[in-house]
Amino acid sequence: MTDTPILSVRNLTIDIPVGGGTLHAVRGIDFDLNRGETLCIVGESGSGKSLTSLALMGLLGKKISRRADRMEFDGIDLMKTSQRGMRKLRGLRMSMIFQEPMTSLNPAYTIGDQLAEALLLHKKVSREQARARAVELLEKVGITAAKSRLSQYPHQLSGGLRQRVMIAMALMCEPELIIADEPTTALDVTIQAQILRLLVDLQKELGMAMILITHDLGVVARVADKVAVMYAGELVETGPAADVFGAPAHPYTRGLLRCIPVPGKTERGAELGTIPGIVPSLVGEVSGCPFRTRCDHAVDACRQPIPLREQQAGRHSFRCVHPDGRAASPQEVPA
Amino acid sequence: MLRFILKRAGLAILVAFTVSLISFSLLFLSGDPAAAIAGEHASDQDIEAIRRIYGFDRPMLLQYWEWLSSALMGDFGESYYFKLPVAGLIAERLSITMTLGVCGISFALLTAVPLGVAAAIRPNSLLDRFALFLSVAGQAMPSFWFGLILIVVFSIQLGWLPPSGTATPLHFVMPTIVLGYYAMPAIMRLTRAGMLEVLSSDYIRTARAKGAPEGLVMFKHALRNAIIPVVSLAAVQMGFMLGGSIVVESIFALHGAGYLAWESISRNDLPTVQALILVFSMFYIVFTFLADVLNAWLDPRMRAG
Ligand SMILES: Nc1ncnc2c1ncn2[C@@H]1O[C@H](COP(=O)(O)OP(=O)(O)OP(=O)(O)O)[C@@H](O)[C@H]1O
Ligand code: SF4
Ligand SMILES: [Mg+2]
Repeated sequence: MTDTPILSVRNLTIDIPVGGGTLHAVRGIDFDLNRGETLCIVGESGSGKSLTSLALMGLLGKKISRRADRMEFDGIDLMKTSQRGMRKLRGLRMSMIFQEPMTSLNPAYTIGDQLAEALLLHKKVSREQARARAVELLEKVGITAAKSRLSQYPHQLSGGLRQRVMIAMALMCEPELIIADEPTTALDVTIQAQILRLLVDLQKELGMAMILITHDLGVVARVADKVAVMYAGELVETGPAADVFGAPAHPYTRGLLRCIPVPGKTERGAELGTIPGIVPSLVGEVSGCPFRTRCDHAVDACRQPIPLREQQAGRHSFRCVHPDGRAASPQEVPA
Repeated sequence: MLRFILKRAGLAILVAFTVSLISFSLLFLSGDPAAAIAGEHASDQDIEAIRRIYGFDRPMLLQYWEWLSSALMGDFGESYYFKLPVAGLIAERLSITMTLGVCGISFALLTAVPLGVAAAIRPNSLLDRFALFLSVAGQAMPSFWFGLILIVVFSIQLGWLPPSGTATPLHFVMPTIVLGYYAMPAIMRLTRAGMLEVLSSDYIRTARAKGAPEGLVMFKHALRNAIIPVVSLAAVQMGFMLGGSIVVESIFALHGAGYLAWESISRNDLPTVQALILVFSMFYIVFTFLADVLNAWLDPRMRAG
C-alpha cells in the first residue's frame, strides 16, 4: 500500500463537437481514489458519468476531446500516455464493465475465446493456461458448469450470465482498478442485487479500487467509500459517503436524497421527491451554476462562476453559493 | 451446425425441384414446341409428325419425368439448332463463364472489401471519397461502354492486352475487370456500412477495453461480423455474373454460357434454353446454399435457424 492515490483527477473537461457547436459534456471534474476504495458516481441520465469513465480508460474515440490538469493512474500521467501505452493498461491494470451485457460480448466468438483473449493480450501464457484461468474466473463469478460454458456463444446466455462473464473478463488479469458503469441497470430486478453483491465481494477479495456508476442511491449507501454527485457535467458534491449522505450540502444532492425513502427517516406518506425543472443545454458557453434552473435557492450570484466550498476541509466539498450548506444539513457529522 | 447444413440442403433441393418444373414448363408456355421446331412454312401434317417424333403428344407429367431423369444423368437432349447434345455444348461454354465469374467476383471482393473497410475506418477521408467516387462511377457506367474504353486504351492504343477471345489468361483480364467492377460498388457500400455499424457497437468497445490493438479490433472483432451480409450479396452477384455476363461476353467475344443463352433464345432452341435455365438456377441455388453455410460458420446465431 502506498499513499499515492491509484487515481487522481483534476479539472477533467470533455468537449464533444456537435452540429451547432460544442457540447461541454463534462466540466472541471476533480477526484481522488485510493487503492481498494469504492467511489460511487451518481447523477441523472446525461450528467456525464459514462463519458468520465470512458475518458479515464482512453476510450472516448477520436471525435471527443478531453483535457485535464491532472489525470494520473498510479502516478502514470494518462493524458501523456500514448494509445499504445493505454492499450497496455486497459484490461491489465484497469478494466471496465459496461451497462449493456446483451451487446457487450462479440456474437461471433465463444465465451472461452473472449475470456482467454483478455489474458492472452497481456500475458505470455499458453492457450490452455488462459482457458484454465477462464474456468477459474467463471467459477469465481458463480457460473456453474464453467468448463462447458467456454464453448458457448453469448446468445446462448441470459443477460445475468453475460454480465457475470463480463465481470470475469474484466478480472482476468487482476486489475487494480475496475470501473463498472451501471452494471446492473439492464438486468432483471431480481438479478441486479446478486450481480452487485458479487461485484462488491470480488472487489473486496481482490483489493481492487472501484468506480461504480449507479442510479441506485440505496446501493451507494451500502457500498460507497466516497460519493461523487454529478449534475449536467459538473461534479457538484463529493466526499466520504457517510458525510455526503449525512450532511448533503448541495441542493441537488439533497433533492436526490429526498427522492429515495429512507427507513426511519422518511415520514410515512411523505411525497416521493422528484426535482422539477429542466436541465440546461450544454451546447455553447456554459456559465454559473447549471442547477439554477431547478434550484429553490437560486439567487443572482448563481449566474457567476461558483467557487468550490468545503463542508469539511479536505474531505467533503461542494459547488454552491447558498449561504450556509452546513446549517441546512439534517444532522452534524462528527469530524 | 450439421443440423443446419442438412436443413439448408433439404431446402435447396426443394427449390431446385421447383425450378426444374418451371424450366420444363417453359417449353409449353412459349407456344407449341412442335410448331416452333417445324418452322414457319411447315404444314399441319409436318407439325403433327414432329409432335409424335419428339413425344410432345404424351402426358405432360411423363414428359417431365423423362426430361428430369435424363437431365439428372446429364442428358439434356439435342439442340434444335446445333443438332448436338446440349450437355456437351453447355459444358464447353460453361467453363468459360465459370472462369469469368470466379475471376470477376474475386476481383470485386478483393478490391471492394478492403476499400470498404478502409473507408469505414476513416469516414469522410480522402480515401472514403475516392471509394465513393469509384462506386458511383461503377454504377453509372454501362458495362459495354467501360469494356469498349478498356479495349481502346489497353488493346488498341497501348497494345498490352488482347481485345477478344479466350486463348490465354491475359484474355480474361479486361472481362474480369469489367464484370468485377459491375459488382464492386454494392459490395463496397455494404462492407462500409456494415463496418461503420459494427465499429460503433458495444462489443468493439469491449475489445478495446481489453487492450486489443486496433488491427485485432478491426479484423478479428469487426470485420468478422460486418462481412456476414456481404457473403450473401456476393453469392447473389455470383449468380448474376454467370447468367448475366452476356454483355461482357459479347464485347470481348468470349463465347460463354451467357452468350449461348442469348443465341439460343433468339434461335428458339428450346432444349438448350431449358438446360441453361436449369443449370444457371442450380448454380444460383448452390451459391446461396454455400453462402448460408459460410454465414452460419461466421455467425453462430444463424446456426439454430
Ligand atoms: N458520442 C457522443 N456524441 C454526442 N453526444 C454524446 C456522446 N456521448 C455522450 N454524449 C452526450 O454527453 C452527455 C453525457 O453523456 P453520458 O453518457 O456520459 O451520460 P451518463 O451520465 O452516463 O448518462 P446515463 O445515466 O444515461 O448513462 C449526454 O448529454 C449525451 O447525450
Ligand atoms: S449555486 Fe445557486 S442555483 Fe446552484 S445549487 Fe447553489 S443555490 Fe442553487
Ligand atoms: Mg451512462
